[in-house]
Amino acid sequence: MREALAPGSLSLFWRAFRETAHLMVGLPDYQRYVAHVAARHPGKIAMTKAEFVAERTARRYEGRGVGRCC
Amino acid sequence: MAIVGAAAFAMLAFTRGEPVNAAWMVAAALCTYSVAYRFYSKFIATQVLRLDAARITPAVRLEDGLDYVPTNRFVLFGHHFAAIAGAGPLVGPVLAAQMGYLPGTLWILGGVVVAGAVQDFVILTFSTRRDGRSLGDIIRSEMGAAAGVVASIGIVMIVIILLAVLGLVVIKALTGSPWGTFTVMATIPIAALMGLYGRFLRPGRVGEISLIGIALLLFAILYGRTVAETPTLAALFTFKGETLALMLMFYGFVAAVLPVWLLLAPRDYLSTFLKIGTIVALAVGIVIIMPDLKMPAVTRFIDGSGPVFSGNLFPFLFITIACGSVSGFHALVCSGTTPKMLENESQARFIGYGGMLTESAVAIMALIAASVIDPGLYFAMNSPAALIGTTADHAAEVISSWGFTIGGDTLSAAAHDIGETTLLSRSGGAPTFAVGMANILAGAIGGRGMLAYWYHFGILFEALFILTTIDAGTRVARFMIQDLAGMAVPAFRDTGSWGANIAATALTVAGWGTILYQGVVDPLGGINTLWPLFGIANQMLAALALTLASVVLCKMKRERYAWVTALPTLWLLICTLTAGWAKLFHPNPSIGFLAHAQKFSDAAAAGQILTPANGMAQMNRIIFNDRIDATLCAIFMGVVIATALFGITAIRRALQSPVKTSREVGFEGLEVGHA
Repeated sequence: MREALAPGSLSLFWRAFRETAHLMVGLPDYQRYVAHVAARHPGKIAMTKAEFVAERTARRYEGRGVGRCC
Repeated sequence: MAIVGAAAFAMLAFTRGEPVNAAWMVAAALCTYSVAYRFYSKFIATQVLRLDAARITPAVRLEDGLDYVPTNRFVLFGHHFAAIAGAGPLVGPVLAAQMGYLPGTLWILGGVVVAGAVQDFVILTFSTRRDGRSLGDIIRSEMGAAAGVVASIGIVMIVIILLAVLGLVVIKALTGSPWGTFTVMATIPIAALMGLYGRFLRPGRVGEISLIGIALLLFAILYGRTVAETPTLAALFTFKGETLALMLMFYGFVAAVLPVWLLLAPRDYLSTFLKIGTIVALAVGIVIIMPDLKMPAVTRFIDGSGPVFSGNLFPFLFITIACGSVSGFHALVCSGTTPKMLENESQARFIGYGGMLTESAVAIMALIAASVIDPGLYFAMNSPAALIGTTADHAAEVISSWGFTIGGDTLSAAAHDIGETTLLSRSGGAPTFAVGMANILAGAIGGRGMLAYWYHFGILFEALFILTTIDAGTRVARFMIQDLAGMAVPAFRDTGSWGANIAATALTVAGWGTILYQGVVDPLGGINTLWPLFGIANQMLAALALTLASVVLCKMKRERYAWVTALPTLWLLICTLTAGWAKLFHPNPSIGFLAHAQKFSDAAAAGQILTPANGMAQMNRIIFNDRIDATLCAIFMGVVIATALFGITAIRRALQSPVKTSREVGFEGLEVGHA
């Protein structure tokens, strides 16, 4: 979230912290995904939070890319 | 800033005979980083790469809410840093401390500024300009299919050797340590519990699951002491290195074929959060305590006779410390998920260059941790039993004769303080780092009574992310092997086929398992043999990535600035090839693999048995292992040389062409089809 780091707000800071922690383990922001599906793919039904986490988890480790360093 | 930095360096370099405070090292590092970031990375951003804030990144153009997501740069920095920071920057500097803290510090700081951070920054930018494609893909498209295959082989091999070395680090820390073994084993049911909870009870609650897991882990550390102090329980968790190696191989195989949500993903949460938390805690600890460095600036072992790793300062220091100065592995990470999330191309400087500087700071902290403990204890922990024996008194005598005076009772007391029976020959960096960290953190919280808990926390945290890497790495190597083998036998490529998956996984585990087992039975402690091989592999990959970067710069008709990547390439080529040559052909058996094989086969021919072999079969095994190591080394050198030649050809062709020939995608306004 671009606006998440606007100064002065503890809750915004907390959101950025949560988003960072999630992304560290390979989970992008769920709200953003839902917003994206609603805006760009109106006909499609977005995955639920649980489906989203399951899908991202599976993708993170099945890929051919090396996701981490030594 | 530059003046403060210069003063700090002078303090580090010219103080002799009295302990220097770690504050000077921290100051020298921070000043170097800020000057380099402010000036050199800006030069690269504006002159060399010409980053363009108006150019649309793949995250924006291909946004799908999943892989391609424009992400705030601070959030992305956290993601990127978590991906590049691992065991590497903690182990290498600890081993390099045998030469004193100064050579390591200079290489970490110098290397990161002109090589490591440059590599990360440039590869991240190039990948971003190619829709976030992988290093192998970019090599294929810019340098040709043959170069792509060579690179793929090199990448599979480095993953396999990495897994073997990391496995060895864990085993060295856990051998004969019931407390450590218990806590590390406890992570398996804890992770499985978290996995089941997150799958069926509270789906998707990552934060909640992680907090539960961390609470259980802390309980396991506390209870570990009871295990270690109860003889019947301790016996259940006390293993020899060989047994641990077999268990690790079995574990690696099973873990890699289980569903990821059960074991891998939840443990990844634990290891990632513990890693970041510990790094932050250690940084705060160092700043609060500002410990004195007890290790001399330079030791006599720069002559190559050191017990931790053999070989001269040049080239071996430069391959011992890879992560922290320059790590080829990062080129894989920088062409992985990060480029798909860059909100704006101009942020590649902060993420790529800045991220690597931060990792370098972790390496400096590891060096500080290794330097704050008594040098005598350092050498007792890191020298092989073949040199210092297996009793505290004998070890103290040998190490004192090297000029690092220490008493046997001091060594025993140090082991007792951290809740272990012995600390001798716990090579591999992790235990030394854990002792140093325990000393620093116990100084801040808890005092001596907490030492043992901090130590086992340190061991657990390293073992945790090493096991995660072994699990994930085995999967990655399996896919790569399936890809490569699929070129010959197409059926192998079918990742939906259980037969192909099991076969490729078994092949991967057999690959790292063989090297690992050989490291465990190695008379010189394994790390001594394998870490240089890993270093050569990692620097080989960096040379590969930087060669690619130089080729791309020439193809962009930016050859005026190609020196930015060509000079570090040249340096890495010199280091890897000299080190590789020495590992192959050096007449000293403690350095050259072939000389070592020769020594053992001569003895075998004469009917003699040399330690540590206790039989002719083991003699033959050692000879066979030496030849495997030599072959690996030769292949790494072959990959480096082949890539350099491909690079030179591609550069010459690019220079002859009057126009830009690099294959980028997605200039602003150009709409490339998206899903």
